[in-house]
Amino acid sequence: MPDMNPKKTPMPAQAPEVRNKNFSEVALGYTRDMAVGEARRCLSCKNKPCVSACPVRIDIPAFVERVAHEDFEGAYEVLSRSTSLPAVCGRVCPQESQCEGKCVRGIKGEPVGIGRLERFVADWHRAQKTAPAAKPAPNGHRVAVIGAGPSGLTCAGDLAKLGYAVTVFEALHLPGGVLSYGIPEFRLPKQIVQEEIDGLRALGVEIECNTVVGKTLTVDELFEMGYEALFIGSGAGLPRFMGIPGESLKGVYSANEYLTRINLMKAYLPGSATPIKHSRRVAVVGGGNVAMDAARCAKRLGAEEVFIVYRRGLEEMPARREEVEHAQEEGIVFHTLCNPVEVLGDENGNVCGMRCVRMALGEPDESGRRRPVVQEGSDFVLDVDTMIMSIGTSPNPLIRSTTPGLEADRRGCLIVRDESGLTTREGVYAGGDAVTGAATVILAMGAGKNAAQAIDEYIRQKG
Amino acid sequence: MTVMYEILSKEALNPTVVRISVHAPRIARKAEPGQFVILRAKEQSERIPLTVADYDREAGSVAVIYQIVGAGTMELNTLDTGDCLHDLVGPLGTPTHTEGLKKVCIVGGGVGCAIAYPIAKKLHSLGCAVHSVVGFRSRDLVILEDEFRAVSEELRLMTDDGSYGEKGLVTNALEKLIQTGNQYDQVIAIGPLIMMKFVCKVTEKYGVKTVVSMNPIMIDGTGMCGGCRLTVGGETKFACVDGPDFDGHLVDFDEAMARGAMYRDFEQHAREEACRLFQKEAESNA
Repeated sequence: MPDMNPKKTPMPAQAPEVRNKNFSEVALGYTRDMAVGEARRCLSCKNKPCVSACPVRIDIPAFVERVAHEDFEGAYEVLSRSTSLPAVCGRVCPQESQCEGKCVRGIKGEPVGIGRLERFVADWHRAQKTAPAAKPAPNGHRVAVIGAGPSGLTCAGDLAKLGYAVTVFEALHLPGGVLSYGIPEFRLPKQIVQEEIDGLRALGVEIECNTVVGKTLTVDELFEMGYEALFIGSGAGLPRFMGIPGESLKGVYSANEYLTRINLMKAYLPGSATPIKHSRRVAVVGGGNVAMDAARCAKRLGAEEVFIVYRRGLEEMPARREEVEHAQEEGIVFHTLCNPVEVLGDENGNVCGMRCVRMALGEPDESGRRRPVVQEGSDFVLDVDTMIMSIGTSPNPLIRSTTPGLEADRRGCLIVRDESGLTTREGVYAGGDAVTGAATVILAMGAGKNAAQAIDEYIRQKG
Repeated sequence: MTVMYEILSKEALNPTVVRISVHAPRIARKAEPGQFVILRAKEQSERIPLTVADYDREAGSVAVIYQIVGAGTMELNTLDTGDCLHDLVGPLGTPTHTEGLKKVCIVGGGVGCAIAYPIAKKLHSLGCAVHSVVGFRSRDLVILEDEFRAVSEELRLMTDDGSYGEKGLVTNALEKLIQTGNQYDQVIAIGPLIMMKFVCKVTEKYGVKTVVSMNPIMIDGTGMCGGCRLTVGGETKFACVDGPDFDGHLVDFDEAMARGAMYRDFEQHAREEACRLFQKEAESNA
């Protein structure tokens, strides 16, 4: 009989007043008993609505059932059939709009904590120190993957398991993409990213950092080097600015720059070689996960007040619900229905304030969300010394501008024919944010997975 | 394939300016004048962007010239021939436009001459008449004099204190060259922001197109961080991908100077720390 408790087993976490002063992981993970108890809440529905809402189609009831029977390694095996980064996804997936959003238990009460269980199983497996998976027998074919982020790493892992010799080319000095430069330590410990990457290397995947495809090497040169197919998972790395006056003042950051300084360059550690501004009052503009990450980082670096400034309402915020809640608990102040119109500077060119207007929600726009409209005469000045722009990113043009025949749409997203990720160039596949524009880790992984399958079929057909 | 960015040679050009040549075949194959690389000396080092000073496609090496100014370059300078840089990526940025130019005046200031020289050399090899105006604070800081002389029809060497060459600023020499009837297709100015700003003021008067090479603070060098943004002709540009060369008459130099000073306190502190550290090491080795 399932446990009919309407509430999820709560996630142990560092207390808000403690954690907003350190960079250690916020959520501490279920104990064995908590996991088993939570797994027993699953009804094992026949039609598995949760699975259909998972971008990589994890057989969720099957892995949850194994947890309920304390067969954690069995649960891990079910997970690994569909995902190569379960320890990551259990932490960063927006479960409420995917698996848990469709969970039948969620109709009257809270859904099963699928993400928390996934994390538990992945962490349990990591703690077992099992021997690394045997290197698959090589099949004699070579594939290049561009970008060592979630989609590229997933694609590389799946192809390596099939015996392909895979080389991943990464522009930065560390692999991981957004997992390394974007998502902070307190939400995704870098040790976990490192272990996932070590796992891929154990499968035989080669990772060459410091290689900017489009500059150091081109797509055509990769084919000349003997790679038979390519996967482009170069992400959406170009930050957008608002185009309002004052954006060049000292103290205005893109969220990319702010987070890269902190996460990739470790500017939060004492003695770091890379500087970061230690601000007093910070406004983060935007309502996504990246905005929450930036705001929570600013707080941890010692800011007295940190504001989220978002032009729509709390309901419309694209961030994971848990991130919004965590941010609120940590003392981040939310100014919703509010939009900056000008950054104000002092005589030395430093940010000293932000002029904002109040917004109201009008008719729904093309995204289905209600369009924010300016309320005339509602100007006010927010006293801040730092402003972090987190209003989205777009794909980097370096690859498409140096690859003849590779087409992109007007937003700069690579055009793919179908789910396989095949681009307008033969043998070139793409997925993740480079195709969709900024989206989620799990969607990127799903795309990497589909492309790996398509690349395998393509190479086998060529004979 | 593990790539080792071995330092093949290291040479002091003056007491604070050093040239290193590094094994980097892929970068050497692609690099063009005006482009830059980003390096990290050690595993925990910051990313330092440096313009490519030279490249040898056959030997597979690229050279960079750095001035020992802060903690990062002091740390870089602890590496010697045979040591390896931890990371090196490039070539980044857009090459300097050199096609179709018939007569150009290259203006270099201080260590900026290191960046200006490969451009002068390339223009010379393309048959362009090159005039060079290079400026230094004093005699002991002069670098690349012979190299510039070899590729320039005219060379004006200026020092602030008159200890070598002519006494005066590069802008004085440039203005004189223009006034004596030299008609340049373009002036290419590379050096401190304040020098480039005043070179642009001079050339604006005479309507001579002027290209400047900007080197703002940046992290990734591929368009990702946006930290290197500049205002050029009222538009926001990223030096790393849109530049580093820009039309000097459109660049907002005052803003660029303010942004360049963003981490001055941190840099000052880091420099003092590094000095202390290296001092200690030197003492314990002695």
